[in-house]
Amino acid sequence: MNTEKISYKKPLLETPFHERTFEHCFANDWYRWAGYKVAKEYSSTELEYTSMRNTAGVIDITPMHKYEIKGKDAKSFINKLITKDITKIQSNQVAYGIWCNEDGMVIDDGTIFCLNENHYRIFCAERNLNWFCDTATGFNVTIEDISQSIAALAFQGPLSCKILNLLKVENIENLKPFHFNDFNLEKHNVTISRTGFSGDLGYEIWCDPSQAIDVWDSLFKFNRDYKVLAAGMNALEMVRIEAGFIQPNVDFMSAEQALRPNRMRNPYELGLGWLVNLEKEYFTGKQALIRHKENGPEKKLVGLDVEGDKPAVGSVLYDNIKKNQAKEIGIVTAAMWSPVLKSNIAIGFVNKEHYNLGSNVYAEIYHPEELDYRKIWAECKVVKKQFFNNPRKNAIPALT
Amino acid sequence: MNKSKYDVAIIGGGHNGLTTACYLAKAGLKVIVVERHDYVGGAAVSRELHPGWTYSNCSYVCSLLRPEIFRDLELSKHGLQIIPYEGSASMLNDGRFYAHYQDHDLTYRSIAQFSKKDAEAYDRFGKDVMRQCKIIKPLLKMTPPDPTSFKPKDIMGLFEFAKYFAAKDELGGLGEKEIYDTIRFWTMSVRDYLEEYFESEIVKVHLAGSAIIGTALGPYSPGSAYVLLHHYMGEVDGTVGAWGYARGGMGSITKAMASSFKSKNGEIKASSPVTKILIKNNKSYGLVLENGDEIYADKIVSNLDVKRTFLKVVEEKELPNDFYKAVKNFKIRGSSGKLNIALDDLPIWKSIPEGDPAGTGDLHITQNIEEMEGAYDDWKDGKWSQFPYVDMCIPSINDPTMAPQGKHYMSVFIQYVPYNLADGGWTEEKRLEFGKHVMSRIGNYSTNFNDIINHAEIRTPKELEAEVGLTEGNIFQGELTMDQLMFNRPVPGYAQYKTPIKNLYMCGSSTHPGGGVMGAPGANAAREILKDLNKKISTHYI
Repeated sequence: MNTEKISYKKPLLETPFHERTFEHCFANDWYRWAGYKVAKEYSSTELEYTSMRNTAGVIDITPMHKYEIKGKDAKSFINKLITKDITKIQSNQVAYGIWCNEDGMVIDDGTIFCLNENHYRIFCAERNLNWFCDTATGFNVTIEDISQSIAALAFQGPLSCKILNLLKVENIENLKPFHFNDFNLEKHNVTISRTGFSGDLGYEIWCDPSQAIDVWDSLFKFNRDYKVLAAGMNALEMVRIEAGFIQPNVDFMSAEQALRPNRMRNPYELGLGWLVNLEKEYFTGKQALIRHKENGPEKKLVGLDVEGDKPAVGSVLYDNIKKNQAKEIGIVTAAMWSPVLKSNIAIGFVNKEHYNLGSNVYAEIYHPEELDYRKIWAECKVVKKQFFNNPRKNAIPALT
Repeated sequence: MNKSKYDVAIIGGGHNGLTTACYLAKAGLKVIVVERHDYVGGAAVSRELHPGWTYSNCSYVCSLLRPEIFRDLELSKHGLQIIPYEGSASMLNDGRFYAHYQDHDLTYRSIAQFSKKDAEAYDRFGKDVMRQCKIIKPLLKMTPPDPTSFKPKDIMGLFEFAKYFAAKDELGGLGEKEIYDTIRFWTMSVRDYLEEYFESEIVKVHLAGSAIIGTALGPYSPGSAYVLLHHYMGEVDGTVGAWGYARGGMGSITKAMASSFKSKNGEIKASSPVTKILIKNNKSYGLVLENGDEIYADKIVSNLDVKRTFLKVVEEKELPNDFYKAVKNFKIRGSSGKLNIALDDLPIWKSIPEGDPAGTGDLHITQNIEEMEGAYDDWKDGKWSQFPYVDMCIPSINDPTMAPQGKHYMSVFIQYVPYNLADGGWTEEKRLEFGKHVMSRIGNYSTNFNDIINHAEIRTPKELEAEVGLTEGNIFQGELTMDQLMFNRPVPGYAQYKTPIKNLYMCGSSTHPGGGVMGAPGANAAREILKDLNKKISTHYI
């Protein structure tokens, strides 16, 4: 049983980095993430975003849900849970995976760290303890919510490896994407994975909460030469849209949380069919997924290259702009002006007739302009979701 | 002898009678509400029974009142305001407390103290219950179709009913699974239902309370899960399942309704108990009052429960045998008691700190489902519960109009209290002993409760019956079990607010969709009456 004392005066938890994030958060603008208080904007979203594309940004990702899977059936449990084949993942490797319900509808996505074949850790956006425990029936595994016992920072950007190198993190440049290992970071032994949400070169650093402040301070040590910024949730949202990463309950409703069954989405609709391995033996949702694949998705989450410079936030998508003939064919789930691409980009659902690459659709954008809304019809081209894809992301050795 | 003629006469000025009255008056009809007491409100009343204190002495919190009715009757303009709950709590014997708050993250952490799995499962539970509420919500406003009838309107009604289950937009296209869930939810015991989600006893018992309030079912009784749903389908400003206080007590609701009714030229005749409905040739045409006066009306509407209507004010000989038998067999069992307490100070709880929002909503002291079922067992044995389930609240913390400054009003709803005691019936002495027993139970969880009691009104089902006229003191005007819901409520074949007597209608909680200060039965009845009169009004509800 949890003995943590709670009070109504402090509804949100503070992360082990709070002392520092509080210091840096000049804007005093906070965001709720999984019951924690994290910075939405430290001082300037634009500069925080730029740090991740120019130098390196530090994001407190401690609130992420973390589950420890241990036991001799750990591997087969995970193989029942997720849609891809985990047996191909070795120790010190990370897999990106999704899990579905029995109807083949996506519940959540996450990264699965293989410590060894009897020990995995799953990091994900939503709470999944009940789903994992339900799935674990009949397996010799223990599942523990270890969210509060690991502190985590994302360290993302072209200089991230260089700075870790300066901090004498040995051989960090040879850590391959989707791999992790234990490293000495100044006085502490921490786990570093070459993973992240920015679509750029970057790492995630996992440590004991007691080491948190030291780890944070280390990353800022070379700030006079290489300016590292603490980046907030607004900046993170920007880089993840550019990278084409999708988020449950933003781009699609988690099947565990959708009130309306027709809001649930299967992997093919989310463009995540590549994560489904229908060859492997029984896993949750397999029968339904075979059907979904055969039928093909009715709608699909795609990238949109939007004409003009007004972000298509929340826009309804149409097949044409002829008066009284325009038919609704989709909706935008995330949209922004991309500073690095100098493009107006969006992610959205588009129906079958229009989801192929190169199709044209139209977004109805309501743009606020000095207390007035201007309605803009913007032509959009269906493109790959991965708008930003710099080769340094996967380069080995990493850029130093 | 006084004789006057109306389009419609309504027997009983409870919230449903007044709702019917308002809609009919809005349609331009000449309407009179005939009320036994010198005040209106039925079981939604605010009464100064102790100088300086206002008691919501029957119903005490508000959630189910349909917002469309609130709007149509302009209840805000007529003085009604709802104050949302800030939280709720169950106090444990070990000095801890289990709480729900408005803040979702805080609620998660509060539940996680007992079980992390349950804290997460609470969202799953909430989603599933919400889904069922969404299915039920449109049904509340419907006149239940008669499944045995081939009349076009019944066939259309059944079609409508089926449509909700298949609706693509409204409900997001319910699949087989959700339809199975609906049938299960409507028939299961609340204990079995909660068992599917939760492991911690305190979580289960805290949530199970909603399933037994006002009902002569225990947490293990099949059908009790539906009662939980019934308590969840209300809302406060779009937050489904939320509860609030009516500012000024529950009487504010009916006072506002009465004021709205009068503004539409409605007439209220208070202090006028009805002794008989005048019937000739199977048609009703008027009322006889206790003083011998007669009131004539084309349509008569009874806000009384179905038993009181047909066993007390309609003569037996006027009724078809089967109908009479069905009314006699209608389940309307008294199982609830109530204490209204004037406090000289705020209670200091051993577990909940002062100022904690959890202490300002509904408070409970039942420790687990077994204890709750034990309380029900006592009721079956004809005794009041040794360890009663209490639903208590202190509205005066949030509502400055209920008690003198620095003093407080506490409402304690008690489950279970039998209508008849096994050991020779209720006496004044036993009533007081019952009150003392409940207060001493509550006193165990507080350091000052026993010393701050200034006055207490103690009500058993007998008092509820005598004062409000609810048969056996059943707060829902009849049990909310599947055999008495939808097209079976109150009696199969008569679920459409009509009766075997021509021109005589029912509008009380005995009719679909049942009890609670909802107003839906009253508004639905008004719609049926207007249909029969070929009158149309355009409102949010009708």
